[in-house]
Amino acid sequence: MTNTLHRYGAAESFNDDVIVFAITSKGKNDQDAVPRLKKFLTLAVPFQPVNMGDGAKGGALRATQNLNPTSHWRRDHTPNFEAVINGLDKPGTAAVVFDKRENAIGFVKAVKEADLGLCVNISTAVEGAEEILDAAGLPRHSVNYSLGFEGHTEKLPSTQVLSLTTMCGHGMISQSMAKKMIDWVKEGRRTPDEAVCYLARFCACGVFNPMRACRILEDSRTHME
Amino acid sequence: MKINADKCVACGNCTYVCPMGAIYVDPVINRSVINRDECVECYACFNGLSQEHLNPTLVRGMRTMLKWFRIRFDPEPDVCPTAAFEPDELVWPRLVRRAFSDPTVPHESTGVKGRGTEEVKTNDVTGRCAYGEVNFTIEFGRPGVGARFWEVQKMTQALARAGVPFEKKNPVTALMSDIVSGTLPDDLLNEKVLSCIVEIKVPLERAEEIIRLVRGVEGQISTVVALGVGTRCEDDGDERRVIEVLHRLGYNPQRAKTNSGLGRLIPSETPPAAPETVGVSR
Repeated sequence: MTNTLHRYGAAESFNDDVIVFAITSKGKNDQDAVPRLKKFLTLAVPFQPVNMGDGAKGGALRATQNLNPTSHWRRDHTPNFEAVINGLDKPGTAAVVFDKRENAIGFVKAVKEADLGLCVNISTAVEGAEEILDAAGLPRHSVNYSLGFEGHTEKLPSTQVLSLTTMCGHGMISQSMAKKMIDWVKEGRRTPDEAVCYLARFCACGVFNPMRACRILEDSRTHME
Repeated sequence: MKINADKCVACGNCTYVCPMGAIYVDPVINRSVINRDECVECYACFNGLSQEHLNPTLVRGMRTMLKWFRIRFDPEPDVCPTAAFEPDELVWPRLVRRAFSDPTVPHESTGVKGRGTEEVKTNDVTGRCAYGEVNFTIEFGRPGVGARFWEVQKMTQALARAGVPFEKKNPVTALMSDIVSGTLPDDLLNEKVLSCIVEIKVPLERAEEIIRLVRGVEGQISTVVALGVGTRCEDDGDERRVIEVLHRLGYNPQRAKTNSGLGRLIPSETPPAAPETVGVSR
């Protein structure tokens, strides 16, 4: 889940972007981890997550292997949390994405109460994570700071594209696809809501934040880079 | 990955979804093709595109007719209408591309998916990074640029010369032919991956030196580097020692991943099952 660390943006751009994920370590706490990971995901549902995912099988919006041609006109863009929870069948990583910090606080409190023994991490702005853990009565155990991108940064795309693509830190959302969706929204060929669903299906672990992506796409209509 | 030319209808959808931009429609054969040197076997095309199973001849006929009238069908952009992508059987050294680029496949060396390392995410049960230590994750190629292992080796050899030990539970370390000198196998050096992480741990006193060393090597390679700096917090959750070093070097970290400390050891009664992998450890 280093894939959640290097999202592009200033701290305030993560006000609507909090990822809480659970991970096990082989031989340390992965014994009978599947039901505990399922419980972790189930606990999140009342707190209105905007996405969730299983590191092995993907997020709440997934590609379909047998798409019906009529779906070009009537495609279902509803995130399916139940499929994520039911599909989890191996120890690994489970992630939940929130667009409201208060929901993340409620969830972390519930996870603490459940005492699942999983390693639980929060990926967001530095102060945001501190605030959430403070509210849950948990001191930070360890922290991993992102220093951003260095080296040949001239090879990187515009900040709008970068803000979209880095929400899948595994790099499954291409720069070309993100740029295409920005252009389609500008052209009025798709709404931001529709465009983010196309992008979200490429994210292999469900940490893509469709609400933040929607905001970025809305913003790109009027703020050209 | 390969594209079945009998199925491809050159709709061009896939040219946008490749993170490396390695897919294009060849105007001579009028089919999508993959630049194999640039393809990192990430499977974004195969796993990310939804698939219809339409008759290719029918689709080509319709597209030709519409094109003649200057009408362009407006399809869903994340669909391969004829399910034309077919996985290749990968062999060494090319299979390393997939191991580091396809996040759905765990690394054989660590059993972890993605870049294959736990760093401080599991520090509450592993104790991987203790008080006064700093864990560095030096990631190459991210986002969307890709990296070749000769670039990674420039960094690992520089770190080795500085006497820095590499994290053993890390897929790049597992590939090294000589861990003391940070050398990777010769036949691997030109292989390209979406991204990979070199992981090291040093005492806090060496943190500034390491950051300066990394910056120096960044100028000798042709990709981007994303640096993560992890550490153990005080018992009350405070962390000032590393952030002070970062501020002194001109960094003002906006984002972090924070371990809540909720993990606890759960004794194993049976040995863990071997993970499904693509077999790239040495």
